Amino acid sequence: MKSHIFSAIRLTVVLLAVCCLVYPAFIWGIAYFTPSHGKGDTVEVNGKTVGYALIGQSFTQEKYFNGRPSAVGYNAAGSGGSNKGPTNPEYLAAVQAAIDTFAMKNPTVKKADIPVELVTASGSGLDPDISPEAAYIQVPRIAKVRGISEDKLKALIAQHIQGPLFGLFGPSKINVLQLNISLDHTK
Amino acid sequence: MHTEIIGVVATFIATVLLAIPLGKYIAKVFAGERTMLDFLAPAERFFFRVSGIDATREMDWKENLLALLTINFVWFLYAMVILMIQGSLPLNPDHNPSMSPDLAFNTAISFLVNCNLQDYSGETGVSYFTQIGVLMFLQFVSAATGVAALAVVINAMKERTTDKLGNFYNYFVKTITRILLPLSVIVAVIFLLNGMPMTWEGKDTITTLQGDTVQVSRGPVAAFVPIKHLGTNGGGFFGVNSAHPLENPNYLTCIIELMAQSLLPMALVFALGYYLKRRKLAVMIFSVMTIGFLLLTIPTIMLEVKGNPMITHMGVDTYSGAMEGKEVRFGAAISAYWSILTTVISTGSVNAMHDSFMPLSGMNQMLGMMVNCFYGGKGVGILNFYIFIIIAVFISGLMVGRTPEFLGKKIEAREMKIAILIALLHPFLILVGTALSSYFAAHDTAMGWWFSGKASGWLSNGGYHGFSQMLYQYTSSSANNGSGFEGLSDNNPFWNITAGIVMILGRFLPIIGPVAIAGILAKKKYIPESAGTLQTDTATFGLMVFGVIFIIAALAFFPSLALGPIAEHFSMH
Repeated sequence: MKSHIFSAIRLTVVLLAVCCLVYPAFIWGIAYFTPSHGKGDTVEVNGKTVGYALIGQSFTQEKYFNGRPSAVGYNAAGSGGSNKGPTNPEYLAAVQAAIDTFAMKNPTVKKADIPVELVTASGSGLDPDISPEAAYIQVPRIAKVRGISEDKLKALIAQHIQGPLFGLFGPSKINVLQLNISLDHTK
Repeated sequence: MHTEIIGVVATFIATVLLAIPLGKYIAKVFAGERTMLDFLAPAERFFFRVSGIDATREMDWKENLLALLTINFVWFLYAMVILMIQGSLPLNPDHNPSMSPDLAFNTAISFLVNCNLQDYSGETGVSYFTQIGVLMFLQFVSAATGVAALAVVINAMKERTTDKLGNFYNYFVKTITRILLPLSVIVAVIFLLNGMPMTWEGKDTITTLQGDTVQVSRGPVAAFVPIKHLGTNGGGFFGVNSAHPLENPNYLTCIIELMAQSLLPMALVFALGYYLKRRKLAVMIFSVMTIGFLLLTIPTIMLEVKGNPMITHMGVDTYSGAMEGKEVRFGAAISAYWSILTTVISTGSVNAMHDSFMPLSGMNQMLGMMVNCFYGGKGVGILNFYIFIIIAVFISGLMVGRTPEFLGKKIEAREMKIAILIALLHPFLILVGTALSSYFAAHDTAMGWWFSGKASGWLSNGGYHGFSQMLYQYTSSSANNGSGFEGLSDNNPFWNITAGIVMILGRFLPIIGPVAIAGILAKKKYIPESAGTLQTDTATFGLMVFGVIFIIAALAFFPSLALGPIAEHFSMH
């Protein structure tokens, strides 16, 4: 018994050194050779950092393509989903309100065409993407606010669609931040 | 949508194909045969010498268990101390505070027992020192503990009579050096190439394109996430686990994380077959597990892809499925697959919020944890399955009038008592916990020190779904899973302490039981196979095991499931 206690303590110290010093230091060393040196890829516009490539941002202004609702307001100091159950009456009322708000901001859009992800919150609250459908449906509004032709906006969206992995696996998506940066440069 | 389904099928097939050769490799490591990582042997000998351990000395089952429990106790004390003083330790750029004693108790137990239930959020609740030095450490060693216990049991199943069942320390250290660390490095490099951060710097403040000022949490994520999955631990670096874009950047990393968590539980089944040279037995076990897994997975994917009927009713386009709590880059199909995989094996990591899944999907997630051996956690999944095999052998033996024997060893009263106790422990812990918390919630009891306010305040949903939240929490604790219906307010003494106790009992008794049974059986006389032996590697026997699992695990929980998810499902229509 006694011998097991001392062995256990000594082995714990050894493994702390291996798993918590050597291993993370090694991974950290490899990270140095990635483009961001492991600090997370940032996006710059005119030399100014406007965000992290993977982290979604709040776009609520009508001149931008809007992203998904977020339970944490896209504040990446934390993260979180709504955690509302599918039959929760409060939750269903909130979804209905999101549908009504979207329909009001986009009066030309038919309700049956509103993609569900534009009225439901993501799991992380930091979802950087929307589906191509969710971008196309906002074209009339943005065309009107910015005075850019709808065809030009549709072409812009088409450029930003990231298809399935290897063309085979998973959904298509659009990074909202990248799309909006390009939008700001479109006349 | 079809590319999403193809993604799921490809992930599953690729995992099985990789698990077979890996199983062969693991069998060689356990048997001490030559492998390509033998160059690590001097380092391992050095570790043993420094620790004063003779790793070649074979021990009986009792001493192996003593070694296992002793070192686990050392880790528990270490974790408790660090968690309670982390606020004053280095590597804490965001100045996160030390934990309260009840939260430290829950967190230390949770990571020690491979559960990784998290009553804190990674961004605000722990320092980088804790993430790497305590939580990630426990992710390595708790996974290796499970595998080492399994190795002792497999060793005991050999055709011989002995009380020498190998050396716990030997299996344990080699699991880390030969299996977990090398795989972690490979997976970490893939993650780094896909933009996962690995930095010691704290939160960054940025001004967004629209002009808002927000902060972005970062950290040494790329070292943490590989072992979180390879060890079937599942504790997230960030609060939302692998739904967070920095913890799971894209569809490729999603596939890799899915493969990483299911690879070893599957490979260990094949390792058992190779090690004992009983491939038919391994095929029987793997088939039963896979059928059970698919029976839970396929309906869940269909439900999630179809979407929430109550939102469809509002007239919007639900083509992309039930997207509440899910990420666009993954989609509904692979999120549904993940939710079942993570609950049948004991990972408990999530890439979507389980609280917002359809009611019957939530039921399937809970059933995965209630059964807890369709693949199951690292090592312990097969130990749970072993208990069901023992019970099935006994019942079949009685049915056909033969002496119950498993692999040439007679199963008698003592082993049966242990097996039944362990099999009933799981429903006992879950149902007693749920009954207790439901009583308080239903009576809206003022909880005093245990919870600030009335008991119904810990639920974020009323009615059937609120009941499901409590049932899920104890199921996840007892199964050492760690996922949650996160709407439950669980960071308070009531949930921290009751779930903590359920986690310890749900971990160590189901390790002690099977090791004891295997140890007792190993000492018995070996009876060579004859015409009268009950065949345990056939499809018929597989069906029998499945029946036992269904009766014990599924039916014991049926009344509680009827009150929660099933009632909620019917309330939708």
